[in-house]
Amino acid sequence: MTKYIRRAAALCALLLLALLVNATRVQVFQSRAYDDNPANRRPSIARWGQPRGDIVVEGRPVTGSKDTGEQLRYERTYREGPLYAPVTGFASQVYGTTFLEHAEDSVLDGSDPLLSFLPLWNDITRDQNAGGEVVTTLRAAAQRAAYRGLGARRGAVAALEPATGRVLALVSRPSYDPGALSGNGPKAAEAWARLNGDAGKPLLNRAVRQTYPPGSTFKVVTAAAALDAGVVTDLDAPTRSPDPYTLPGTSTSLANEAEGCENASLRYAFEWSCNTVFAKLGVDVGLDAMTDTARAFGFDNSGLRIPFSVAPSSFDTEMDRAQLALSSIGQFDTRATPLQMALVTAAVANGGSVRSPYLVERTTTASGRTVSASGTRTLRQAMHPATAMRLRALMRGVVEEGTGANAAIRHATVGGKTGTAQHGIGNSGTPYAWFIGWAQSDDAVEPQVAVAVVVEDAEAVRGEISGGGDAAPIAREVMEAVLRTAD
Amino acid sequence: MTAKSGTTLATGPSDPSPPAVRLLRRRGVEFTLTVVAVLLSVYGYCAVGLAKNGNVPPGAADYGAGLGVLALLAHLVVRLRAPYADPLLLPIAVLLNGLGLVLIHRLDLETPADRAAPAQLNWSALGVVLFITVMALLRDHRVLQRYAYVSVVAALALLALPVLFPPVNGARIWVRIAGFSLQPGEFAKVLLALFFASYLAANRNALAYAGRRIWRFKRLQLPTGRVLGPVVTIWLLSVGVLVLERDLGTSLLYFGLFVIMLYVATGRTGWIAVGLLLACVGAVAVGSLEPHVHSRVEDWLHPFASIEAGRGPNQLAQSLFAFAAGGLLGTGLGLGHSVLIGFAVKSDFILATAGEELGLAGLSAIFLLYALLVERGYRAGLALRDPFGRLLATGLASIVALQVFVIAGGVTGLIPLTGMAMPFLAQGGSSVVTNWIIVALLMRLSDSARRQDDRREGPEGSGA
Repeated sequence: MTKYIRRAAALCALLLLALLVNATRVQVFQSRAYDDNPANRRPSIARWGQPRGDIVVEGRPVTGSKDTGEQLRYERTYREGPLYAPVTGFASQVYGTTFLEHAEDSVLDGSDPLLSFLPLWNDITRDQNAGGEVVTTLRAAAQRAAYRGLGARRGAVAALEPATGRVLALVSRPSYDPGALSGNGPKAAEAWARLNGDAGKPLLNRAVRQTYPPGSTFKVVTAAAALDAGVVTDLDAPTRSPDPYTLPGTSTSLANEAEGCENASLRYAFEWSCNTVFAKLGVDVGLDAMTDTARAFGFDNSGLRIPFSVAPSSFDTEMDRAQLALSSIGQFDTRATPLQMALVTAAVANGGSVRSPYLVERTTTASGRTVSASGTRTLRQAMHPATAMRLRALMRGVVEEGTGANAAIRHATVGGKTGTAQHGIGNSGTPYAWFIGWAQSDDAVEPQVAVAVVVEDAEAVRGEISGGGDAAPIAREVMEAVLRTAD
Repeated sequence: MTAKSGTTLATGPSDPSPPAVRLLRRRGVEFTLTVVAVLLSVYGYCAVGLAKNGNVPPGAADYGAGLGVLALLAHLVVRLRAPYADPLLLPIAVLLNGLGLVLIHRLDLETPADRAAPAQLNWSALGVVLFITVMALLRDHRVLQRYAYVSVVAALALLALPVLFPPVNGARIWVRIAGFSLQPGEFAKVLLALFFASYLAANRNALAYAGRRIWRFKRLQLPTGRVLGPVVTIWLLSVGVLVLERDLGTSLLYFGLFVIMLYVATGRTGWIAVGLLLACVGAVAVGSLEPHVHSRVEDWLHPFASIEAGRGPNQLAQSLFAFAAGGLLGTGLGLGHSVLIGFAVKSDFILATAGEELGLAGLSAIFLLYALLVERGYRAGLALRDPFGRLLATGLASIVALQVFVIAGGVTGLIPLTGMAMPFLAQGGSSVVTNWIIVALLMRLSDSARRQDDRREGPEGSGA
């Protein structure tokens, strides 16, 4: 019997060996495939198993985390969610992440290897770093002023620090509370359905993801091109332009809202926004030079990130002369984001050089050690410094003498440009009201703020005034807020 | 754990080479290892508390004391009643039981509405009490041979009992009385092993002789027909009842037990061949005809089919995820997410928690503990002189080995999943009690084996 007992024992040993071999297969050789299976909840549990790092505005977090005690334990909360939604985006357990929550996700959720004290350390210890912090460049006062200024109207505001490219304000209206999307219950699903079904498109970040025809604000670009190209040398010399102006090669004639535009000087045409003068200027400058200048300002750049991506603004490169004439006054298919127009005015305020815009000052570990810091860098030189100086004078004129009087601030120098952009089939839509501008307080050495405001449903009579009437006061509030809180 | 095996493997299989000097009792070794087993369990308990709440759980002292007292009592009765017993069996049982309590407690933390650890501790206590009872009352295992027919009647009665009760989760294996639920099939397997051992030991010569004679004269008949009749009938009855009750893991276990014991008793390789053939026919028939089993086989072949169908991962897929998440070294006690497996996580799938939180390293250690337990059982079988004892030890050890293989193979995707309890580790009162009885019987058998050696009793009775 001994022999058979031994054989039976050997059989049992074989069975247990098979178990060991199979366990090795599952736990070692195929573990990666199982780990990566989308139905495996473990990555989500780990991701939401600790509080997410905060997004900070002026030293104060605008986000938070709530311990729900559920399987996906920590939910994202937001302080003043609608105010900062275009910056923070949302971090939803179901619907993913957007904007800074998305662009800085690896820092916020702690998975960024740079958060580790030693590289690969966490791979060995299976530890997870606490979520890091993202410190923004925003100015709370400017953000609030823009948000309040837009009120119930649809529109957007982007404000920059011209010398550095810091984004000081980024507002889109209507807005939403990102916290409503945080959890994974029916409430989040309801909020998601409601926000997506809303005709006002609250989830659309109009400041960076929506392009508008820039209208007359684009005349800053046309003027820069004309001055740089030498088409205009004297701001006060008559421009030999007819009123009305017949678009080249067509019988369509272009008229002005303003008076006195026939043969007006560049200064007068800029201050009163003469379409005829700028349409002819664009044609005189030519397609190549116009395209070069527009691109130098940042048009047609699809790679811009602040660190989330910005929708590219466009200036067409293949047009006949009539289309070029319309494009030169910000119509036809010229389109710009509010952030792009803020870059245009910032370039003027900063001696012609365009600084790369950025929204994240630095990222830190939970304990405050800096992980990465953004630096100022020049994107392009948009125009000669001398041209920038002359454009500054022209923009000052708009506020002091022309259509932008509503943007004037006491004890400060303010330059600006109004715009009204027609759109829709046969220009039937309510025009968009634009204002772009910069401001410099009297004791400062250079402009401290550049801003672009667009109001979609401007409730005014169609005309150049609406840019000054609707958008300029908002821009003034934002610029005042920045000047008031300047260090 | 491997160190333990190293120290004892050196003694080698104790075949009839009687020692020149008085055999060591090795109770000191047993005591030390038992203390180590208790300490390891308490350490695991504390590790769970530290990982989940950041402090040593307040119940750690109680838990340690409870387990320690049980282990100590068991050890004392072994000292008194079975001083020559194998010193490894008790520490292994204590360690596995302690680890099981830690894992169940750890899962209790994730399911506050369903606390199973306190009940499991009570059942473990009852198991140890029965262990002590068996050790105290059963002075010689050969006494059991007399109760072969009593035990088979009891086994069949126990097996049939759950038919009178409503099914739970698709299987009719539960008896619920006054809030207690029992799985009589767990106890029945010991009784059945007892019967097989007794019957085969009594009739093995007849089986062998009759077999040859019938083979010679009739040629077409299965060998040993008449003598084999009763045992085959009993076996068919029990497997049939289990199939009715849809307890397929246990029917697989009974089948394997029967084949192994028959083979050991008669030494006929033919039985293995016939057994495997029958097993294949049965498996294919049940697997394709019975919808419950058919779906288990489908799950085994395509563990991710439900994910692809958009219904989310099933239990087996979740179990595989858990094992994979554990990797080589595990996430650490208390830090895994095996609770995702769902309702059977503390019973059938307890091994997934071990695999995730202790890793392949911990899982291998657990498998080795079972392997040692089985090996010690077989060793007792080899060392014993009487055929009944040899067969009983073989049967009991095979029960443990087969059960570990069926359930561990099921949850790791090696074979189709059948619900069964991991010995000592899984939640389940009947199971833990039964396993303590099995260990008690193995202790008694090993004690007898070494006593025989010590007394240098006569020549070996079995000549197969």
